[in-house]
Amino acid sequence: MSSRKEPEVPKKTKPAVSRRGFIQGVGLGTGALGGALTGTAEAAPQSAGGAVSGPGAVPFSLRINGKTHNVTLEPRVTLLDALRDSLDLTGAKRVCDRGTCGACTVIVDGRAVYACSVLAIDMQGRQIQTIEGIGTPDKPHPVTSAFVEHDAQQCGYCTPGFVMAAKAYLDRNPNPRSEADVEAGLGGNLCRCGTYVGVRKAVLDAARDVRRGRNA
Amino acid sequence: MPNYNWPPQGQRRLMGKRLSRLDGIEKASGYAKYASDLNPPNLLHGALLTAPHAHCRVTSIDVSEAKAMQGVTSVRVIAPAGTEIQWRGAEVAAVSATSETIALDALKKIKVQYEVLPHLVKEEDLKKAGPRAKAAGEQLTGDPDQGFKEADVVVEGYYGIPVITHCCLEPHGQVVEWKSDAVNMFPSTQNVTGIGGDLAKALELPATQVRVQMNHIGGGFGSKFVSDRWGIEAAHMSKESGGRPVKLFLDRETELTIAGVRPSCFGKVKLGAKKDGTITTWESDTWATGGHGGGGSPPIPYVFTNIPNQRKAHSAVSINAGGVRAWRAPNHQQACFMTDCALEDLAAKLNMDPLDVFAKNADLTPRPEVYRNQLRQAAELMDWKKKWHPRGQSGSGTLKRGLGVAIHTWQGGGHDSKAICRINPDGTVEVELGSQDLGTGTRTAIAIVAAETLGLPLNAIRVKIGDNQYPPSGASGGSTTIGGVSASTRKASVNSLEKLFAAVAPSLGAQADQLEAVDGRIQVKGQASKNLTWKAACNKLGATSIAEMGENERRNPGSLISAGVGGVQMAEVEVDTETGIVRMIKSVAVQDCGTVVNLKTAESQVYGGCIMSIAAALLEERVMDEQTGRVLNPDMEFYKLSGIGDIGEIVVKMNMEKEYDDRGVIGLGEPAAIGLNAAIGNAVANAIGVRVSNAPFTPDRVLAALEGRTA
Ligand code: FES
Ligand code: FES
Repeated sequence: MSSRKEPEVPKKTKPAVSRRGFIQGVGLGTGALGGALTGTAEAAPQSAGGAVSGPGAVPFSLRINGKTHNVTLEPRVTLLDALRDSLDLTGAKRVCDRGTCGACTVIVDGRAVYACSVLAIDMQGRQIQTIEGIGTPDKPHPVTSAFVEHDAQQCGYCTPGFVMAAKAYLDRNPNPRSEADVEAGLGGNLCRCGTYVGVRKAVLDAARDVRRGRNA
Repeated sequence: MPNYNWPPQGQRRLMGKRLSRLDGIEKASGYAKYASDLNPPNLLHGALLTAPHAHCRVTSIDVSEAKAMQGVTSVRVIAPAGTEIQWRGAEVAAVSATSETIALDALKKIKVQYEVLPHLVKEEDLKKAGPRAKAAGEQLTGDPDQGFKEADVVVEGYYGIPVITHCCLEPHGQVVEWKSDAVNMFPSTQNVTGIGGDLAKALELPATQVRVQMNHIGGGFGSKFVSDRWGIEAAHMSKESGGRPVKLFLDRETELTIAGVRPSCFGKVKLGAKKDGTITTWESDTWATGGHGGGGSPPIPYVFTNIPNQRKAHSAVSINAGGVRAWRAPNHQQACFMTDCALEDLAAKLNMDPLDVFAKNADLTPRPEVYRNQLRQAAELMDWKKKWHPRGQSGSGTLKRGLGVAIHTWQGGGHDSKAICRINPDGTVEVELGSQDLGTGTRTAIAIVAAETLGLPLNAIRVKIGDNQYPPSGASGGSTTIGGVSASTRKASVNSLEKLFAAVAPSLGAQADQLEAVDGRIQVKGQASKNLTWKAACNKLGATSIAEMGENERRNPGSLISAGVGGVQMAEVEVDTETGIVRMIKSVAVQDCGTVVNLKTAESQVYGGCIMSIAAALLEERVMDEQTGRVLNPDMEFYKLSGIGDIGEIVVKMNMEKEYDDRGVIGLGEPAAIGLNAAIGNAVANAIGVRVSNAPFTPDRVLAALEGRTA
């Protein structure tokens, strides 16, 4: 029961406080907690243009996993909701929906971003990578395989976010020396089932595999 | 009757090994579909309007404007005028619409007026609870007065452990569609077999008309068993919207406000003991809340149940806050905390090593040898003897280290479960049961048991769970799943294999009972050269599959499984006496779970349990506001879970020695999450020289305790 659907867009809605206004108002970047401290997840800058769009749905396009997707969405829709509800890319999860837990982590222009805390419309022209874009069950990314090997997941709801955060971290820090390094790098993600022991080992192992892959 | 017994420990190919979970890649690659990920065609989005006051009466409700909105397909009044509401966040109305944004906008158009009524939302101060505290009768064993009189030492302490939430990362909810002839429900549930009947009852439909399917669940921890108000309303909204599927999942604030909590526990504990540390007398006066319905009564004295003289009084406090749901080992963390903190305080007063006090009193537990053995093993892994110091003697620096210990138990047992093992003529094997995998690795455990039994590799088994059209299997609660499904799967697999033996015996020129299944072959025992490959054997079935059932009956479990485990957990912490910050250095968990099915996922359960306990000990607390009656931290910034940097080193040892293995399979999820909370409390006291009475041990509480203020 999971087929792609065309988004049904509202014609006219006027929210009292738009999410866009809220997000800009509080200057909420991504990586509000751990990520900001470690520099692994940071805010993608807001789009520079001053043109007003919305509040109704507007057409625009997003570049996701190397493909262009045309969407028609209200400006208040977050990147996360656009991915999940309109594009059926549901690997990124909605958990806190406000930049605390990292379950929605995607990679934008090479950096980890909380997809719940940026607006889809502001992601125009960016290279967005989701968990679906870094590997498949048949051809998993080395980080994904390492997570399985070290049982760094239980219910798995936090896991795609962790894998993306780990990938973004390793892309920039290919040689983590210790579990402490990994802890600093992944401080912006939370897991309720308590899989951190496996995550620490998985990320160190994946770093080795990625290096080996590069040298091969 | 066929022999269902597990193969001897030394002869198992798969059971007890470290095997990766079968759905691991699917989940970690983001392709697994949870209920909250489903996007069927024509999907509608649902949203809930919830009560803004902790105690109020709805005086009027007008949904006409919401109904008239473009894109809104259904509006349901849940709390009509006159309804008395007992907690903030209770469901008042629900909306479905063509997009989530429209549904949320529509909620704002619903006009509700409330008469605000007086509320009580805090229970720490029992005096303020007045008539809302209901005392259960005093329980008496032996002669506590005489016991205290004769005791060489009496120690009295106050301890408190607050309400915490489940905070499942996948919130509660479902996709549901009510077609003319049937309801299809795609819930996030711990109860695939049972939830359909629950929904059917609420919808006044025959149970056969509700189909339930779920592949994965993003956490439950005891909070996801029933269809809930939001599931029922989503079904009605689907019907009112022409049968279009409706997705309704709680937002985080609602999730943390109404989707379940663990009860608190506060109170005084007094122990009387001999000079050598032997406890003779227990007295406790405790109270707790689990919401409007009152609060759970923790089983105290915990584990040390045979203290000869006991007096116990407990009050349940009803407050205006979201209600209790089973929380991983219900009432056990509280019981462990009240008991094992008191034991540590006794040891400190006697100037004894608490390890010796725990070991000495192991005779008061139902399994003295298990605990003594586990205490020894844990102490070694912690290097306890070298590191331990008397309470407070932790040097002159501002960073103080300390050690603490706690012990626990959980009953478990195996729930009712039926499984079908299907051996197809093409050699494929399917195991079907209406169970679910909460992330504990159930799916993989089922495959391991079937593969072990049939002499096949793990990937030869197709496990089909998560559908109420499969044979019924119990809800996953109370660590009863692994017992239930491993026994039913084992029996089903043995039964099907016997049929296969019977079918191929003639072509091997042997009797069915002379055959065995080994390494992908069916062969004659003692004459391995007389064999058929698995596939060739199955081909002999012609056109008909074998499909035999196996059953575990909770009340009659047989020799495959049993119940009741012990565990010891230890903590080493470092407390910064200037900032009050407690840092985890190391934890040790030694755990019994009988026969281990999959060592890798079993260890994960224990790691996870420890990490949940670390969060409960250091971070988690639902904070209520007395004035407004709100939960002050219904979000993940201020309702804190531990992060990857908060946990320190964790060492897990599973007891797999023969005497443990011989007991059969026993559930593990609950016990692993019990002891560390108290052990951390004890380690903090050992480090700083004073007891921090209330968990979580936040900097303000630590500093207050150091300054001699109440915390
Ligand atoms: S859902 Fe985006 S950070 Fe939690
Ligand atoms: S695996 Fe369940 S939340 Fe992380």
